[in-house]
Amino acid sequence: MDIAAQSIEGGFADPVFNAQTVFRAVMDAMARPGSVQPLPGLARPPAPLSATSGAIALALCDNDTPLWLDPALHASAAIGSWLGFHTGAPLANTPADAHFAFVATPAEMMALDGFSQGTQDYPDRSTTLILQVGDLTSGTPLLLEGPGIETSATIAPAQMPRHFVEQWKQNNKRFPRGVDIVLATSEGVACLPRTTRIKTMEA
Amino acid sequence: MTAQPTDIATYNFAYLDEQTKRMIRRAILKGIAIPGYQVPFASREMPMPYGWGTGGVQVTASIIGPDDVLKVIDQGADDTTNAVSIRAFFKKVANVTVTTDTATASIIQTRHRIPEHPLTAGQVLVYQVPIPEPLRFLEPRETETRKMHALEEYGLMHVKLYEDIAKHGRIATTYAYPVKVEGRYVMDPSPTPKFDNPKMHRSPALQLFGAGREKRIYAVPPFTDVVSLDFEDHPFEVQTFDQPCALCAAENVYLDEVILDDHGGHMFVCSDTDHCEKRREEGHRGHLAPETHLAPANMEPAQ
Repeated sequence: MDIAAQSIEGGFADPVFNAQTVFRAVMDAMARPGSVQPLPGLARPPAPLSATSGAIALALCDNDTPLWLDPALHASAAIGSWLGFHTGAPLANTPADAHFAFVATPAEMMALDGFSQGTQDYPDRSTTLILQVGDLTSGTPLLLEGPGIETSATIAPAQMPRHFVEQWKQNNKRFPRGVDIVLATSEGVACLPRTTRIKTMEA
Repeated sequence: MTAQPTDIATYNFAYLDEQTKRMIRRAILKGIAIPGYQVPFASREMPMPYGWGTGGVQVTASIIGPDDVLKVIDQGADDTTNAVSIRAFFKKVANVTVTTDTATASIIQTRHRIPEHPLTAGQVLVYQVPIPEPLRFLEPRETETRKMHALEEYGLMHVKLYEDIAKHGRIATTYAYPVKVEGRYVMDPSPTPKFDNPKMHRSPALQLFGAGREKRIYAVPPFTDVVSLDFEDHPFEVQTFDQPCALCAAENVYLDEVILDDHGGHMFVCSDTDHCEKRREEGHRGHLAPETHLAPANMEPAQ
């Protein structure tokens, strides 16, 4: 299939209702960090952009939201033109300009503080990261606490960024500035908003 | 993309266009991630005047799906003008199921009350907010209040509450009572009576706030600390009523005073009509309740 065909096919079959389904899953995941909200495969973007992160892009991104793609995604011209055709979103020049960042290989990604953190006056002007992880059960378990969590929650996302727990602690310390993370797997989404604290197990 | 062969075909599902919904949805996600922080958004003109809940309507329109069950209350009542018209609006433009039953609703849009029936996980409470900035009447300049939130400088609010005590001997603020969310942002809970403030604290439901005219969205995620501001020697207290509801005899609920005649006759009844009707169906009777409950079952209020 040539790039032109790849960039046109694979959008939402039913844009209004599919976008609502995806948004509600992300909203519920953001409101209940650590919970996994199931999400059917509603989009078929070119690899290596996953169906789940492609659906999130279609639901939330448009010409108001510059995107940043990690090197693995940026290498594929088809992904850039697929996102361009379906969302109209421009690509950000630097990670710090991006409203959304899509990361196919989180284990190799740059530091969290390279993305936009928002300002103290406008902490909402920060980057939301969509990390494609293999699953949420086979990695190092993360014990989560904070708003949206009744007592504690645990997820174990695979292939997380290096020194993630330490990086996330620094992200917490920047509050109200900081980035929010959406973990996208083939089963669904889970979120780590900047308020979520990862409790380290004391030895 | 609305498939329904009805007169709503001229509108997009839930009235708003998709780009507007995306913009509001992004603001909601940021609001949830920064509890209590007011996220600016590009509020749209709605087919109702400002002050009639355009902020709440835009939030509801952006989150609602065909499977949702919507309840709308106005000062606790399902059958007053604002509630009836907004419920009819969503029935028309989104073709969703509507209800007056708190327990079965998945989205509850509210003007200035939290239902008496405890909310559960998975429910979303959408508040209509007139003035989202709790510091606005103390400092009219947006540039200044933004700086005060950025620096967590809330001394002015405590001075205001202190002046209440100096003048009245107690904190005289009874509605829109300021709260601190998760130990960081001071937030206006919208003009709910302070009676409802404790219900916001660690509520299992997601709480979203929309202010249409002021173009702000904010949120309180489930299980989030919401603490009413007070002083050690003047702790926060809710209103108490010295008599139960005149219709259903409920105690420890918020009551409205209803004037019965022009000779000073009055009674106090539940502000939450759904709660009051359920109690009367269960056989509870207040001192002014009719002997038999005459309200027809399963009928849309005000029809």
